[in-house]
Amino acid sequence: MWILDQLVYALDPRAGLVLASFGLASLAVAVAAEGPQPPPRVSEFKLKNGLHLLVIPDHRAPVVTQMVWYKIGAADEPPGSSGIAHFLEHLMFKGTDLVPNGDFSKTVARNGGEDNAFTNHDVTAYFQRVAKDRLPKVMAMEADRMANLRLSEKDVTTERKVILEERRTRVDNDPGSILQEQMMAALYANHPYGIPIIGWEHEIRTLDREDALSFYRHFYAPNNAILVIAGDVEPKEVKKLAEDTFGKLAPKDNINGRTRPGEPAHSAPIKVTLEDRRAGRTTVQRFYLAASYASAEPGEAEAIDLLMRVAAAGSISKIYKQLVIGDKKAANAGGWYSDSGLDSGRLGFYAIAAKNVSAEELEKAIDGVIEDLRQNGVTQEELDRARASYIAEFVYTSDSQSRMARHYGWRLATGMTVTDVEAWPDRLRRVTVDDVRAAAQKYLVDKNSVTGYLLPVPKQTSLDGGKRVNTTVKGRS
Amino acid sequence: MAWRLRFPRSLFWPGAGLAAAALIVSAAPAAEVIDVKIEHVTSPGGIEAWLVESHGNPLIAMRLAFRGGAAQDPHGKEGLAYFVSGMIDEGAGPLGAIAFQEREQALAMRMEFNASRDVMLGNVQTLSANKDEVFDLVRLALTKPRFDEDAVERVRAQILAGLKFDENDPATVASLAWDRLAFHDHPYGRPIKGTMESIAAISPDDLRDYTGRVFARDKLKISVVGDIDAEAVGKLLDRVFGDLPAHATLAPVADANPPFGPTREIIEMDVPQSVAQFGHRGIARKDDDFIAAYMLNYIIGGGGFASRLMEEVREKRGLAYSVHSNLYPYQHGSVFVGNVATKNEAVGRSLEVIEGELRRLAEEGPTAKELDTAKSYLTGAYALRFDSSANIANQLLWIQIEDLGIDYVTRRNALIEAVTLDDIRRVAKRLIEADRLITTIVGKPAAAKGQEVPG
Repeated sequence: MWILDQLVYALDPRAGLVLASFGLASLAVAVAAEGPQPPPRVSEFKLKNGLHLLVIPDHRAPVVTQMVWYKIGAADEPPGSSGIAHFLEHLMFKGTDLVPNGDFSKTVARNGGEDNAFTNHDVTAYFQRVAKDRLPKVMAMEADRMANLRLSEKDVTTERKVILEERRTRVDNDPGSILQEQMMAALYANHPYGIPIIGWEHEIRTLDREDALSFYRHFYAPNNAILVIAGDVEPKEVKKLAEDTFGKLAPKDNINGRTRPGEPAHSAPIKVTLEDRRAGRTTVQRFYLAASYASAEPGEAEAIDLLMRVAAAGSISKIYKQLVIGDKKAANAGGWYSDSGLDSGRLGFYAIAAKNVSAEELEKAIDGVIEDLRQNGVTQEELDRARASYIAEFVYTSDSQSRMARHYGWRLATGMTVTDVEAWPDRLRRVTVDDVRAAAQKYLVDKNSVTGYLLPVPKQTSLDGGKRVNTTVKGRS
Repeated sequence: MAWRLRFPRSLFWPGAGLAAAALIVSAAPAAEVIDVKIEHVTSPGGIEAWLVESHGNPLIAMRLAFRGGAAQDPHGKEGLAYFVSGMIDEGAGPLGAIAFQEREQALAMRMEFNASRDVMLGNVQTLSANKDEVFDLVRLALTKPRFDEDAVERVRAQILAGLKFDENDPATVASLAWDRLAFHDHPYGRPIKGTMESIAAISPDDLRDYTGRVFARDKLKISVVGDIDAEAVGKLLDRVFGDLPAHATLAPVADANPPFGPTREIIEMDVPQSVAQFGHRGIARKDDDFIAAYMLNYIIGGGGFASRLMEEVREKRGLAYSVHSNLYPYQHGSVFVGNVATKNEAVGRSLEVIEGELRRLAEEGPTAKELDTAKSYLTGAYALRFDSSANIANQLLWIQIEDLGIDYVTRRNALIEAVTLDDIRRVAKRLIEADRLITTIVGKPAAAKGQEVPG
């Protein structure tokens, strides 16, 4: 059970800050790349109770992936209850009358399967991978917990401790994550994307059984869910199975998720500085508010997507060539496009300072790259190369049924249709260098940005030193 | 170069490490036979590979391994294999780093190398339409690496920056300290990524020396899966690998002394949550008891929510988000290790619970129900390892590295099924020594301090 924050980094010697985001289009799906190939036959159904069903056959192995996507996430939490979407996701494993005592995952394991779940701002998803003959079993279990969750006080109390430990692991033990949390809070002044998915600690401590059940009763229903089945199955048999399980559940009225406070126009850039002995190396990051695929004008997100691939993906990107290879101010540099939000997207750039380079110098170097993008956009050759490799990723994704399930599920839960997903490579092919430059000019806007400095305080030494963490977060300007 | 997963301690990525991959090589549901037809291909030039043809998608996945990973790093040059793995796309033959990588992108190929303890692993994926050009680039990378000075310095700076971050990552610090305590001066006690000093000391000649010694045909294992037939694979093998030296020149690596405590080292770091690693000697892959030990580890801490440590530490007590264990059967020494992360005030309690469970398992062994669950999961889930070309290639590679035989895929589940309660109880007694754990704790562990055991 984990959190899929779209801004998830890993610090690695060479990769530096790398985005590991399932929301990124980089985990995109297979349909037409260059040249002929059989597109996957995706079948789509709507059950009478409103459940949206997608079947993606792949007969290469006798294995099935089941995913249930609830169109509800952390951005839909009541004020003051941050973390409840994720907390409920954990509690969904605690039991029903049919599968009591926290036996859900054990039962899946006894059936030779693997399971897990994740939560992000817009979606909550549960999945299992099993041999195909176990699909009826796990489908019955997943349908059962959509309607029949049972929670004891003890379940809730113990799990709250687990989640506080999870928060310590993910955030409090890692200065990079602390800074990221602060930058997101600064980037979204009013929209709940600024609130961490796992929740603020002081609010997690207050979450109780009734908070969880109320969220559950309100938002978990067949007419607020997408069921994706990928693997060694036929659409007809899956539809029948779904009708016999999920199909028996009653839909709910008045599911008013996704009515979130909007983000006001921004009027000034923001800087966030975190000084921390654990910071390792000076790091500078820059976030910009941008459109997501769901919120963009037609064709615009595709242009942003390709812009960021040329500008910031990997070691032949513009930022890497300029900062790492060229003027050698950074040990590493890159960036990302968080494209799957329902209401908003984000662009990000980062650089890890070379020895004896200050954060200010590094930020100036990043500014240089961004100014160049605004002025000059990208060349036709750069665009074509990035596009070829991007479109190929759709083919690579088709090698894995679970990635296919994840891709379709994610995109359908955040506003795309099956047709949109399948036509994606074609839309990328239509992007021109003018489109890319227009996207750069529209979205690389200072007043919509947040800059983050992560600074190791002086005299920070290594492994064995009893070190002191003196964390200060200075919001500014 | 692969990034570190952001969820390293998440249950369902058990062990990004070597042994996890090795262990995953296990079998199919007893009732179900895994339907992969593995061909043993020998090229005209005598280079061997295992092939699974699969023409459903226009893709080819190749995995390869050279014997002699980080264990071949000379003293004072720790991190050399890791450095080499980071240089793999930094220029070869006529192409400098940028030209090489632009070509990679234009061909939409994927290539990465990873240094593990005993092997250097390579991973290549391509669209079948581009295979000739892609494998030409792979040939250049393996046989004609340039190690240009600016590229070497760039990668060096990145490794050094990474080490700087690692110094402050409690899980990494706990793991490195554990290796040191367990293996001392043996190559396994040294850090795969090197140290600030050793990375600074590595020259382009060192990199050349390593590839010259290790990248050779006699220590090479290859698997190929996807849209290609045996004849084409044969040609490809000769073209890509034919120019490599016939024989590797590996420094001998001694067998390590089996690591045991009791030892507990506390490394203070000002973090709210302490991260601990615990364990001792494990069991060799060739040992007749390995399969039973593997199942035992599943029951202890390798099985997510089906495992005892998860039940006792997380589900019953809420002491941790993640707790798990692994078996790592390295070539010259094996370990059984686990990890847990708990707030400073309670990490001592977590370790007490863990040691108590280990003791109980050694004395009483698993229950019949636990054994049954382990069997049904491990046999049933084997098929899940074969659901994509990339995954199949990975399985085939590890079966070769561990020398388990080309029929292993069909035999494996029967090996699991054959383990009895008596077997696993005997192996629990043999494997687990709860009073002789080596434990490292990084953080400010309040309660754990009083339990320090002299090392």
